[in-house]
Formats: sequence, C-alpha cells, structure tokens
Amino acid sequence: MSRYIAIIDYGSGNLRSAQKALQLAAKNLDLPIEIIVSNRPEVIDKAERIVLPGVGAFADCYNGLFSIADIGSILEQRIIKQGLPFLGICVGMQLMAETGHEKGEHKGLGWIKGDVREIKPSNKSLKIPHMGWNEIIFNQDHVLLENLSDGLNGQHAYFVHSYQMQIKNQNDLLASCDYGGEITAMVGKDNIAGTQFHPEKSQKFGITILENFLRWKP
Amino acid sequence: MSLKTRIIPCLDVKDGRVVKGVNFVNLVDAGDPVEAAIAYDSAGADELCFLDITASHEGRDTIFDVVERTAEHCFMPLTVGGGVRTIEDIRKLLLCGADKVAINSAAVNDPDFINRASDKFGNQCIVVSVDARKVKTLDNIQNKWEIYTHGGRKASGLDALEFALDMEKRGAGELLVTSMDRDGTKIGFDLELTQTIADAVKIPVVASGGVGNLNHLVEGVKQGHASAVLAASIFHFGTHSISEAKEYMAKNGIEMRQD
Repeated sequence: MSRYIAIIDYGSGNLRSAQKALQLAAKNLDLPIEIIVSNRPEVIDKAERIVLPGVGAFADCYNGLFSIADIGSILEQRIIKQGLPFLGICVGMQLMAETGHEKGEHKGLGWIKGDVREIKPSNKSLKIPHMGWNEIIFNQDHVLLENLSDGLNGQHAYFVHSYQMQIKNQNDLLASCDYGGEITAMVGKDNIAGTQFHPEKSQKFGITILENFLRWKP
Repeated sequence: MSLKTRIIPCLDVKDGRVVKGVNFVNLVDAGDPVEAAIAYDSAGADELCFLDITASHEGRDTIFDVVERTAEHCFMPLTVGGGVRTIEDIRKLLLCGADKVAINSAAVNDPDFINRASDKFGNQCIVVSVDARKVKTLDNIQNKWEIYTHGGRKASGLDALEFALDMEKRGAGELLVTSMDRDGTKIGFDLELTQTIADAVKIPVVASGGVGNLNHLVEGVKQGHASAVLAASIFHFGTHSISEAKEYMAKNGIEMRQD
C-alpha cells in the first residue's frame, strides 16, 4: 500500500468529516497521500501519521479504542518509541491524559500529565456544554499554529464539550480559550498533539491546523 | 473574549430538494441543498441545519445522500432533524457527516429515547426540538406553552417548560425552541417562550420561528437569552446576507465571529 494516514475507527464520532477535512488539507498542500479510516491493527501499524478522533464519553471511547487488538502496543511502539506524528481530536485529545473523571474515574493513555474534569465556569450563567465558536489564544509557538492569528480579532475554532483537560505541565499547553476560566484548546509534547476543538468543523482555521499537522516533522 | 453567538441558517429538505426555495445570487441550482450549504459555508454561517420534511418512508434515504455530499464540501457543524426515531437513524446520519441530530416526535412519544441516544452518542450530539404554541390562559397571569409534534399539527398536552427541563435531565445537549405561533410569520421570535426556557436550563437554547428582520435576531439574544439564532427565509431569499446579520448584531453589542 502507498503512503497513508490512518484515522482510528473505534465506533466513535463522525469519521467521515475528519477524513474529508484531512483530504482537503492534503490537496491544498499537493501531498500525494491517502487518508484511511480503519480499525484494523495492521493498517494502523503501517500508517505514516495517526489521527485519533473521539465523540462521546471518556470511558466509552477508551474502551472502544482498546477493543482494537494490540492497539496499546502499536501506539506505544509507533508513537512513543518511534515518534510518529499523532493528533487527537476532542475526546481523542482527552484520552492522552492520565485520568478522566467523566461518569466515574477512568485511566487514560497517560501521555500528557493531567486529568479530564467537568468544565466549571466562574460565571454560573454560562451554558454547558461549551458549544460554539470561541476565540483561540496561543500559549506558545508551534508548527501546528503557523499561518493563523490569535487574540482580539483573531480566529475562532468550533468547540463542543462538557469536560476539559487540566494539564499539570504548562509547557504542554499550546493554545487555550476563555470560558469563565481557561479552557485547554490544544496540547502538544514532542510528536504528539491534540485539539479540544474540532478542526474538521472549524472551516478555514481548522483546515489550516490540519495542513500544519500534515507538514509537521517533529 | 468569549464564546460567540451563533447564526444558523435552516433549510427545509423534501425528497432531497430544498423546499420554500432558496434564492441566492450565483447559485446554479436553487433547489439543491448541497449547493445552498456550500454557499452558507463560504458566507461564514456558524452552523447549518437541515430539516427533512419528507413524508414518505421511501424518500427518507435521500437525506443521507444530501448529508454525505454536504460533508464533502462543508467544514462546519451540521444538524439534521426530521424523522429521527431510532438509534440506527442517528448512527447513519452521523456516519454520513452530521454532527448533531434534532429530535422532536420521538422525544415526546418515548422520552427514554433521549436517554438512550445521549448515552450512546454523547449529549453534545442530541438536540431536542421544542415545538410549542402559547396556551390561552384565563387569568393571563403566567404564560404557558404546549408542545406540538408532527410539524406543529398535533398537540401533545405537555407543558413546554416541563418538557424542556425533562429533556435536559435525560441528556439533551441543546434545545431548539420553535414557536409554532410565530413560524413563518416574520414578526419575530416568541421572546417570552425563548427566555422562559433559556433561563431555566443550563444547556444552550437555539431560538427559532418568526424571524423577519435583523433586529429580531438581536432580540432573540438580548431578550430571549438564546445562545444561537436560527432563521430561514431572510437568508434564503437574499433579503440579508450572513455577514450583514453578523455586522448588525455586533453593532448592537453582541459578540459575533467575524473572521
């Protein structure tokens, strides 16, 4: 099989949108690369980059992911040991934390120090889920944030979530937004990155993030 | 700096075609929902809503094709409503590229369906349509609204506020509140209805039904306390563009996304 990027299919989320958005990003960059949605370990294992989407509850997603045979050792080998570029989206990002506190306490992948907790805005009138377009604040320079603008009159990303990742090491925070307190919008460490928002639903801003991911050489 | 108010154009789709018509400039085929979706995507709409009003069972499959083709071109959140009755219906729509589904009759007939659907797909993807009409009370002291189903034709006997609170408890992630009295009238949202529900629930409320001018959108947010405003004809017929609406709302002190 030729070069491809694997989107892990574990029965969660709207994979088609993620696939279409990555295809558009690849096309914009003139990258001859296929985007494959798969739940087959041997396909995921041979991918040149891996994307983990996720919609739903933390534990359901974790269990769904680990119902794929050998996925733990494939990810450990390819992502942690060999340094393959990895992008988690929404709950796919949250799974990188050590623990999740949605409907009980659950173990995560533990790649980023921190845990996933309910959003508790200081302003009680703010609605939960945090749903819609919020302004992105960049917390550091990163390839994934190139060709984008932040701050006042900056760009927005589309969020929809009730839980958020609270990270222990500020160096892992790439971007954030404000919703009655700081919300983790993007995390990154070495070759792994994650977005709490949905790049596949964030129009131009989101497609640019995906283009940046495709040309990222960590 | 915070979350922005959303503008959501809504398209009524029947047997795979837009009904009521869409009359944009530069649209090759005004009846094709995918073309209309692409036009709204590039105009900067914050979300899009398809309402499938196909009556026949055979016609149902056309919406899957419409959603699938839309997802190829539009990278914005898409809600699909109309005829969603089973877990399988939801799964199929999500796999085609929908992000949220709006549920009306099934939520009234079998409230447990909302528990099952939100457990399975997450609260964020379950929108409950609260279609309500004002009840004429004798004392007129406190306003009441009754839930209707079947496109506003069938009274359910349920109180709209109680229904909304119950749906929130069962796992709805958002409420699409439509005044059946105002729908299609162009005289503005039922602001009391919108506000009564928006103030009572913690989840976001989308105001719908009755928009005839840009000021109605402002009222929906300022007086109705809605997190998002939905409209059909003012956008379809080119009376106002999405960016005009955003500029107008921003000028009236509402935070809008204008990138």
